[in-house]
Amino acid sequence: MPLDLTSYVGASAGPPFPAPVAVNEAMIRHWCEAMGDGNLRYAGGTEAPPTMLLAWTMPGFGKTPAPRLGTQGELMAKLDAAGFTSVVATDTEEEYVRYLRPGDHVTATTIIENVSDEKKTGLGVGHFVTTATTFTAAEGEVVGRATFRILKFEPPPKTDPAPPRPRPPVNRDNQFFWDGTLENELRIQRCTSCQALRHPPGPMCPRCRSLSWDYIVASGRGTVYSHVRHHYPPMPQFGSPHNVVLVDLEEGVRFVSNLLDESAEIVIGMPVQLVFTKVADDYVLPQFQARRPGEAERQFGVAE
Amino acid sequence: MTARVGDKLPPVEVPLTRTLIVATALASRDYQDVHHDPDAARERGGKDVFMNIMTTNGLVGRFVTDWAGPEATLKRVKIRLGVPNYPGDTMTLTGTVSAIEGGVATVDVRGANSMGDHVTGTVEVEVVPAREAEAETEPTRKC
Ligand SMILES: [Zn+2]
Repeated sequence: MPLDLTSYVGASAGPPFPAPVAVNEAMIRHWCEAMGDGNLRYAGGTEAPPTMLLAWTMPGFGKTPAPRLGTQGELMAKLDAAGFTSVVATDTEEEYVRYLRPGDHVTATTIIENVSDEKKTGLGVGHFVTTATTFTAAEGEVVGRATFRILKFEPPPKTDPAPPRPRPPVNRDNQFFWDGTLENELRIQRCTSCQALRHPPGPMCPRCRSLSWDYIVASGRGTVYSHVRHHYPPMPQFGSPHNVVLVDLEEGVRFVSNLLDESAEIVIGMPVQLVFTKVADDYVLPQFQARRPGEAERQFGVAE
Repeated sequence: MTARVGDKLPPVEVPLTRTLIVATALASRDYQDVHHDPDAARERGGKDVFMNIMTTNGLVGRFVTDWAGPEATLKRVKIRLGVPNYPGDTMTLTGTVSAIEGGVATVDVRGANSMGDHVTGTVEVEVVPAREAEAETEPTRKC
């Protein structure tokens, strides 16, 4: 149900707010230094930059900001409660009747000029709240006016994209392996001298030191040799949590991979089936899922 | 100074250092955490700390008086905010005189950073004291 905020339109935002200190040379100097404003008019501290108008009536460190007090505070609390918890200043208009001088004691008197209906904006759904403040010095002399518009909105749910999965380093020794995954083949290196299979890929046979090799294509069937569910530290690039499994392929080599179902109960010795996961057009990962009895298995041929 | 409609103000580049964003927020007595605490700013959906609106207003005012000189008097600053000013970026302020009436010049101002317009607005600045402006405009009316 839309909020009825019409009663706030035209209402006094709260009691007049007197500046905690009079206009003074120290704050003028501090402002000009930070803004890089070398205007000679402010240099002697005899006049204040007019754009400092709102600064004089800021409540200060650790104090409740004026919009959180009085009737305006009540309006803000009502919008917060309705889910419009974020706030952004959208526009201001300031009118300077005269430049302020050290010794001026400024008081801000604010009314709630307008509260919009619920609006759809680029930031989210919300209400625009416009306040109009009159700044007075001694004897009620009007020295400036400011109109301030904020959008009080409901932030859209955060859709933090997960960081991309890191890519494996591809080199001349393992190029055939990653070329294979692009064709949905899990290639196991084979020594052409002694026929021993090996993984991960390497240039030399650890059994007979031969440098000649080819590969066979795995069937995709295996069993879990060991496993761990990684929770901490969180690694969103791999999914949190994620399962790391050591799979004994039926061809006889051991393979590090992931078991895709994060909720699966993993048991040592359980049968698993190879699946290919496309991470990017040129990046396909061999991963595993539980193989259920009776489930059709994907067949992979052996390279000649 | 003399100003004419169509005059372009010398552009000003403002390097948006973290120090500038924090120092100007404090100089305007704005202690909201999003202007000095990067963690708090990110928690509230920002990319980093960002410039507060009073500073944008102050820089727009400075941009115009840097051009108009110390005799000029700011009468009105009206601004609309767009993308935030985050540290590491640069805001370039540009402006054009769009009207002159009774010694008051209206300057259309734009402050853009790498993401787009941070601020657009208009500034009214009295470039000639009112009495002189009257005297100056009289003869031209006769021509
Ligand atoms: Zn061998």
